[in-house]
Amino acid sequence: MSEIQLRPHDRLVDDLVARLEPVRPLPSPGRRALVWAGAVLALGLGLLAVLELEGLRGPHPAEAPLVLFGAVLTALSAAYAAFATSVPGRPARWALLPLAPAALWIGASGPGCLRALAGPGLEAPHAPHGCFIFLLGVSLPLSVLLVLMLRRACPLRPNLTAALGGLAVAAAAAALLAPFHPLETTAVDLMVHGATVLGVIGLNGLAGGRLLDRSRR
Amino acid sequence: MLLILAPETRPDALFPLRPRTLESRPQARGGAAMALEERLAAAMRAAQGGDAEAYRALLRACLPVARAAVWAQGLRGEAVEDAVQDTLVTLHRVRASYDPARPFLPWLRAIAQRRAIDALRRAGRRPREVHDPAAYEAEPDARPAPGEGLEARERAADLARAVAALPAGQRQAVEELALRERSLEEAAALTGRSKGALKVNLHRAIKALRASLAGPGVGRPGE
Repeated sequence: MSEIQLRPHDRLVDDLVARLEPVRPLPSPGRRALVWAGAVLALGLGLLAVLELEGLRGPHPAEAPLVLFGAVLTALSAAYAAFATSVPGRPARWALLPLAPAALWIGASGPGCLRALAGPGLEAPHAPHGCFIFLLGVSLPLSVLLVLMLRRACPLRPNLTAALGGLAVAAAAAALLAPFHPLETTAVDLMVHGATVLGVIGLNGLAGGRLLDRSRR
Repeated sequence: MLLILAPETRPDALFPLRPRTLESRPQARGGAAMALEERLAAAMRAAQGGDAEAYRALLRACLPVARAAVWAQGLRGEAVEDAVQDTLVTLHRVRASYDPARPFLPWLRAIAQRRAIDALRRAGRRPREVHDPAAYEAEPDARPAPGEGLEARERAADLARAVAALPAGQRQAVEELALRERSLEEAAALTGRSKGALKVNLHRAIKALRASLAGPGVGRPGE
């Protein structure tokens, strides 16, 4: 019985066997996440050469190290979750991994946010569009690299994987911004940051979903 | 019960390493599944290294697994085999994403399930019987009812016996005019009888057949 059922696929099997070439198995999601994190670090070091370390001067809010720690942890965990969900058979529960770090990141930003909203106003002492350009400029190459790396696997839930990738990129960009940005923020800063982060996540989700879906290639 | 399936069409019935005798024994089934897992994982590792024969064996062994996974998603008919082929093509394309340190079957089943879901999305709807047992039970079956062919054959045999029992002239008229559908002129030329005699014989034959076949359980004229 089974032989009869197999026959209709014999031509396809022969064709696939004829096209077989040796392949090297992809590294584990953890290793791929570390490679991507290495690229983020390299980009940060490259930025040191061209930008001033404004963030390391002036007054430091008490929560600043926690915000930075939350952003770094979010970037790493979201990148790992994106790579894990790009492998068939890995549970979608990995998508929950960055939730706690993201809560820490956002929660730690809360006091600064409240201070900024209750502060003297929306005047920006240091053009906030600079932050916007920085975040987008950093996010773009990190997104391209992440999409290229994720495409090598097989994201069966491309939108979920892309959204996780977007979160990783947004968090990494925010972490990279910290040394180059005055840590005492204004309401405009926060709004620009929030909109940019959400925009990066959303754009990655929309565009990445299509870019990553192998059935649409 | 959601589905009533002919045993010969169930994909798990096609599964070469899961014979029906093992279905009711969880330990034996688990052992067979583990053996299959190990065999396929080894074949996939060899295929990643470029072993064509291992790859051929792997693809063939994947067919029933993929078919069962696709079937479980609700695909039916030709769409099942299309999704199985999509699964094989995807497997080939992304074979580097299989981690040799991890189980093979979850990797394969995830791909097959996704290809089945893609097919269902393309089709626009899922089969109703999967989600709506009441609608499935109420669906009329277009095929003939059981015993319908048998009844027709019995009626034909009764009629043949009744025609055979007719007098020769009447039987000839029925055979030539009714069964062979010849014209009066052709039948007259063949039998050597006049057209009027053929008409009378046919009329009497029909009357005799009606009488013989009308009674309950009566199959022969004159009974």
